[in-house]
Amino acid sequence: MSASVAQKVLVRRHSLAVRITHWINAISLALLLLSGLQIFNAHPQLYFGQQSNFGHSWLGMGAYGSADGLHGVTKLGSITFDTTGFLGASRENHTVVARGFPNWLTIPSARYLALGRRWHFFFAWVFAINGAIYMVSGLVGGHLKRDLAPTLEQLKPRHVLHEIWDHMRLRFPKGEEARRYNVLQKGAYLGVVALLLPVMILTGMTMSPSLDADFPWLLDLFGGRQSARSIHFITASLIVLFFFVHIVMVVLSGTWNNIRSMITGRYAIEVAPPPTLPEPIGDAP
Amino acid sequence: MTFPRRAWLQGAGASVAALWLSGCDQIAENPQVVKALASAEVLNRRVQRLLGRGALAREFNRADITPNFKANGTVNPPDADYQAHAVENFANWRLVVDGLVERPLSLSLDEIKALPSRTQITRHDCVEGWSCIGEWTGARFGALMDLAGLKPEARHIVLYCADTLDGAKYYETLDVVDVHHPQTILAYAMNGAPLAVAHGAPLRLRAERYLGYKQAKYVMRLEAVDRYDHIAGGQGGFWEDQGYDRYGGI
Repeated sequence: MSASVAQKVLVRRHSLAVRITHWINAISLALLLLSGLQIFNAHPQLYFGQQSNFGHSWLGMGAYGSADGLHGVTKLGSITFDTTGFLGASRENHTVVARGFPNWLTIPSARYLALGRRWHFFFAWVFAINGAIYMVSGLVGGHLKRDLAPTLEQLKPRHVLHEIWDHMRLRFPKGEEARRYNVLQKGAYLGVVALLLPVMILTGMTMSPSLDADFPWLLDLFGGRQSARSIHFITASLIVLFFFVHIVMVVLSGTWNNIRSMITGRYAIEVAPPPTLPEPIGDAP
Repeated sequence: MTFPRRAWLQGAGASVAALWLSGCDQIAENPQVVKALASAEVLNRRVQRLLGRGALAREFNRADITPNFKANGTVNPPDADYQAHAVENFANWRLVVDGLVERPLSLSLDEIKALPSRTQITRHDCVEGWSCIGEWTGARFGALMDLAGLKPEARHIVLYCADTLDGAKYYETLDVVDVHHPQTILAYAMNGAPLAVAHGAPLRLRAERYLGYKQAKYVMRLEAVDRYDHIAGGQGGFWEDQGYDRYGGI
């Protein structure tokens, strides 16, 4: 039965440009998130519109003191949650203090807006320049069209439903099918690359009073500076969600194979041996 | 003997977390690292000055004005000389204009109100993240500087303020490129009424393309300079001396 035994072959999966930009992107996004939460903590309230309607944020964190110590609360719309220890109030040097996100999620750990801004704006440049290099090389080299744009065949509802069903059973493409991204992967990656990451940059720019003067259409696009701040936060949350799904999928579909492919570029797939090859000696009885 | 596993795990967890945080903070707060990160601020200023030139900040309608404009930083200067002026309703208060100017000035509030003025309804953006829309009326900064006659070597205007905050006098610096921007004004009225003490009476800066901490309140003196590194902490402003970027446009 040797003819049906699958062979492992290494295929070239990721170009050098994709590998380098992937890791620079990962590092920048991690530092942007943690310094961004430091900036958020300076006023842990989010509003929609041009300005802040104090006392009427759609998402807010705060703290109040009671007999048993400081309580952290998170308010989403009209619902209030007790989030002591995580949001609103958390431990800092053995005492519970009022702060939006806890110190293990901010750069630096203590409340220090000025330094958080320095980290954020430096890595915003790294992130934007890296993203521009990825986009240009992806357009010129064909990565975006060849690897990320779904084929018409993949977009048929039957195919999409089939892949969702396969994913739910944790059955991942094998053999020749594993040479390319499946339609759910393509959708997730395109959504991040073409929508979420550009929205992060544009909403970030909208929060700058100088850039608002230079590009007033930014304010109209997002509905005001405070809306842009909210959308910046929501989009960052979606990227964090993508990150967790991404890590789970990497682990479920072969941790080391996936990590190797993003470092060396080589990805192992299982293929049936070509029929023209002779039978290996001494195998069949 | 029972091993206090729970306490040990908690202790170990807390130690690892503390090590992690202090390790991160050692990198995050390393002076060399912070200096390297600050290079991005130079890039922000250069790129935005290149893009923007004379662009105006958005102006809003009367209907957009918030009834709840937040006053931040100093809301009532504790300084005795300021309080004396406030009691007199600033009748004997004077704005000093000196430094690298042809004609040093000392102007009363009425003389400032007689200068070419501008009224603008703009959005105030605090570095903390919130925004408030208000209407400001004030003397055009450019007209005032023309009256004094800026010398060619002047590169910045230092705004010395009456208020002491956290033990230091508030001050700010404005670059000469912003002096003649139409929306750079010294405001004496807010929402059609004389400027309230909480918002910087009798005179505050409005330079609308910058964050709130650049909008110095309780302005007492303007000095034209070619450098500011000898003033206070040497970084060009009260918050700048605490590590905030002097550009303040983002």
